[in-house]
Amino acid sequence: MSSYLRHALRVLAVLIAPLSLSGCDYALLNPAGPIGAEERSILLLATALMLIVVVPVILMTIAFAWRYRASNKAATYAPEWEHSNRIEVIVWLVPCVIISALAYVTWTTTHRLDPYRPLVSEAKPVEVEVVSLDWKWLFIYPDLKIATVNELAFPANVPVRFRLTSSAVMNSFFIPRLGTMIYTMPGMETKLSLMADQTGSFDGFSTNFSGDGFSGMNFTARSMSQEDFQAWVDKVRQTGSVLSHPAYRELAKPSEDAAVTYYGDIDSMVYHDALNKCTDGSACIDQQMSMLSARDAFGDPALCGLAPSKGL
Amino acid sequence: MFGKLTLDAIPFHEPIIMGTVAAIGLGGLALVCALTYFRLWKPLWSDWLTSVDHKRIGVMYIVLAIVMLLRGFADALMMRSQQALASTGGPGYLPPEHFDQIFTAHGVIMIFFMAMPMVIGLMNVVVPLQIGARDVAFPYLNNLSLGMTAAGVVLVNLSLAVGEFARTGWLAYPPLSELAYSPGVGVDYYIWALQISGVGTLLAAVNFVVTIFKMRAPGMTLMRMPVFTWTALCSNILILAAFPILTATLALLSLDRYLGMHFFTNDGGGNPMLYINLIWAWGHPEVYILVLPSFGVFSEVVATFSGKPLFGYKSMVYATLCITVLSFMVWLHHFFTMGSGANVNSFFGIATMIISIPTGVKIFNWLFTLYRGRVRMTTPILWTLGFLVTFVVGGLTGVLLAVPTADFVLHNSVFMVAHFHNVIIGGVVFAVFAAITYWFPKAFGFKLDERLGKITFWFWMIGYWVAWTPVYALGLMGMTRRLDHLDNPVWHNYLMVAAIGAVLILFGILAFVAQILVSVLNRKALADVTGDPWNGRTLEWSVSSPPPFYNFARTPHVLTKDAFWEAKKEGVPTEPEPAYAEIHMPRNTATGVVLTAITVALGFALIWHIWWLAIASLAGVIVVSIGHSFNENRDYYVPSAVVRKTETARFRKLSSQEV
Repeated sequence: MSSYLRHALRVLAVLIAPLSLSGCDYALLNPAGPIGAEERSILLLATALMLIVVVPVILMTIAFAWRYRASNKAATYAPEWEHSNRIEVIVWLVPCVIISALAYVTWTTTHRLDPYRPLVSEAKPVEVEVVSLDWKWLFIYPDLKIATVNELAFPANVPVRFRLTSSAVMNSFFIPRLGTMIYTMPGMETKLSLMADQTGSFDGFSTNFSGDGFSGMNFTARSMSQEDFQAWVDKVRQTGSVLSHPAYRELAKPSEDAAVTYYGDIDSMVYHDALNKCTDGSACIDQQMSMLSARDAFGDPALCGLAPSKGL
Repeated sequence: MFGKLTLDAIPFHEPIIMGTVAAIGLGGLALVCALTYFRLWKPLWSDWLTSVDHKRIGVMYIVLAIVMLLRGFADALMMRSQQALASTGGPGYLPPEHFDQIFTAHGVIMIFFMAMPMVIGLMNVVVPLQIGARDVAFPYLNNLSLGMTAAGVVLVNLSLAVGEFARTGWLAYPPLSELAYSPGVGVDYYIWALQISGVGTLLAAVNFVVTIFKMRAPGMTLMRMPVFTWTALCSNILILAAFPILTATLALLSLDRYLGMHFFTNDGGGNPMLYINLIWAWGHPEVYILVLPSFGVFSEVVATFSGKPLFGYKSMVYATLCITVLSFMVWLHHFFTMGSGANVNSFFGIATMIISIPTGVKIFNWLFTLYRGRVRMTTPILWTLGFLVTFVVGGLTGVLLAVPTADFVLHNSVFMVAHFHNVIIGGVVFAVFAAITYWFPKAFGFKLDERLGKITFWFWMIGYWVAWTPVYALGLMGMTRRLDHLDNPVWHNYLMVAAIGAVLILFGILAFVAQILVSVLNRKALADVTGDPWNGRTLEWSVSSPPPFYNFARTPHVLTKDAFWEAKKEGVPTEPEPAYAEIHMPRNTATGVVLTAITVALGFALIWHIWWLAIASLAGVIVVSIGHSFNENRDYYVPSAVVRKTETARFRKLSSQEV
């Protein structure tokens, strides 16, 4: 009997839980960095502004339906009443005022939180190049000359500057507790700056469906103290394997639920070539583009037709 | 000979799929037997399939939509149960390649083959009657539109048994939908099912825009049109403007897949971002194509059952027009996280929020229609009240998603999935149920059972909230969409609750089916003899239920809005008129059915690369279409004696009812 009761209480708790938004389970409401924190404030502010309309509408629906139900002959009945300038002005004006306020918030915060905008901090940012592969994440630290798969580490209170691309199909890079996500797209680069203001391990994953292995495309984002981060870098460096072009091509083959892998050294062109679709030695997109623009500028017929050719 | 098609295309090794196919096969066999036993083939052919009567075409659209609702909902139950079972680390019962097809099919079916036919079906039944017309402007085209939609439905369902469906998500984003990453026929089924049904949708829109502009009864100025007709007009204008974008986008994708071109590929200068912009330039207006007629339904229902004219008719019309225009200016809010600059993101965010202003005005206008009314708590008004309470919450979350900086964390999450189910179930589906209950007596001559209608409503209403509130919560916890398995004991509890909600909605659907069956059995007791069972306000209630095939024995003259309400004040006729004129009507034709059959073959041939069949069926389509243009025996005159006989019978029935 008591287990029944306990079960019923648990179901009830789950049903009610959405109403109490303070629980630690709510990653978006429990941010671990300044970007996430500001985005939570915007969420709450916009919700509050909208509730100014939503709550009265719900109450009026219930109240009007109850008061003017057909069986209530005591209520006023105005069978011809269909217009009131005063009400019309109010119903146009109130939403206008609320949306104006929201529009102001939207404009200012969208500019302030532009993912491409570097975070202001005295610490020197950590640079990370991200490649989404089928179906795992490759993180390259160009300055530290190391790389990892499905594990991202960085020191707390230091901005992390991501440059992101994809090897095959679209994905989206997201660490909920740090805020802002961004698409990763083949042949294109997106940018993002994030920062954690505490240490800890946070879930990261792709939010854009990318095929059969999508559900397992998870990584851990680890925010550490400076010392721990240095120790982590040393640990990665001690592994012997090198992220060379052949190693990248092997890694890029589709695989599901890939294990965490470390690369103690990297070929510094891997990210460039992944972005420009030339890890197999074909012509890089950026070279093709500069050749095309040279052709446009100088009209050199010798350069015509080079663009799509392989093995340049 | 058969292109890529071999016996391997039939998924014998998938017990779930083969079971479903067997069930559909047996059901189909039972239907064939029943039709034969009750000798219904001939009426099915001559009264329905070849009919050009807008009322019958509308009913067929709605039947098609209800069947597809069952299919799409079966997909939903599978997804909900898979996520509930596979959220503590296990794999569940659906492998990824199957789960991926299910969520793709669910989206495609619910939007293209449930919501669209439902809305177009309602317009078919209601619009000509509301504007005092005898049919739509192009009756044969109307039959053909239905046929093309049905051809798309056939292809989508065929993919279950022969081959596979797309595993890309309902909008088939490249590069995933390109040949390199989706080499199977799934995406080809997707492309041709949508292209063919898209032709049907576009033709339907041409038909309704012309019908509403050119065939209104004398005196019915635009500002005297019923609001449902207004919203139908705006919705069809949106179809005219938006669907060609979809057609072109899918055509480019098929060029990539069939002819090795590079519009959206990774190499050769292609760019998938182009596809994503184009598909949403269609996709966002599509939302309003569905929801505007739904707003129209609520406007009719709330006025009728409050016993008052709609509050702020002009406001309502202008709000609808605002939404129509604005819906084309917001598509980028579907991908704020694709790296656009802050100016661009802000522009589209604010444009999106602005839509909530006219929408808010509509909501207040419905509320003030209730105010000082005499609200009869029938099933349609329950759906309307449920809509008001549910939809505003969807509006709230929609505005949240419209703020780019909030979308940066909510995009692609299940919060977003909960949002659009909130507005589509709370808006469109609730409207459809309200509309079916409201106009059912007009179409069939008897009302639907009220008690089962209310049971349907409460299961859906409670089921919706139980199913989707936990999903909103999961979104705030960071859960993303389209996961076939996950490992999180906390989320598991929420997913269990969501699955329970889906079961409640299942009971709602079963109650609806029961409601129809019970009402058919009780049709004598539920009969609507007057043609005006709800004390209606607009012209469709001025004719008998069901209306005669010519709708109006004499074209009504309209002096005000709510034309029938005003006419009732003067007193409606109780005797047939002394003389009737003969009536000009279109003839039934089998051309639409023939073209549909050939088009299914064409689609199938293109999907499986059976080129000889593709060429032959394309030639067939062209020959039959041109051939039909030489058919001059398309119309006839109903003799005045027949009209008089029909009308006399109606008035006799009326007076016997009164005595």
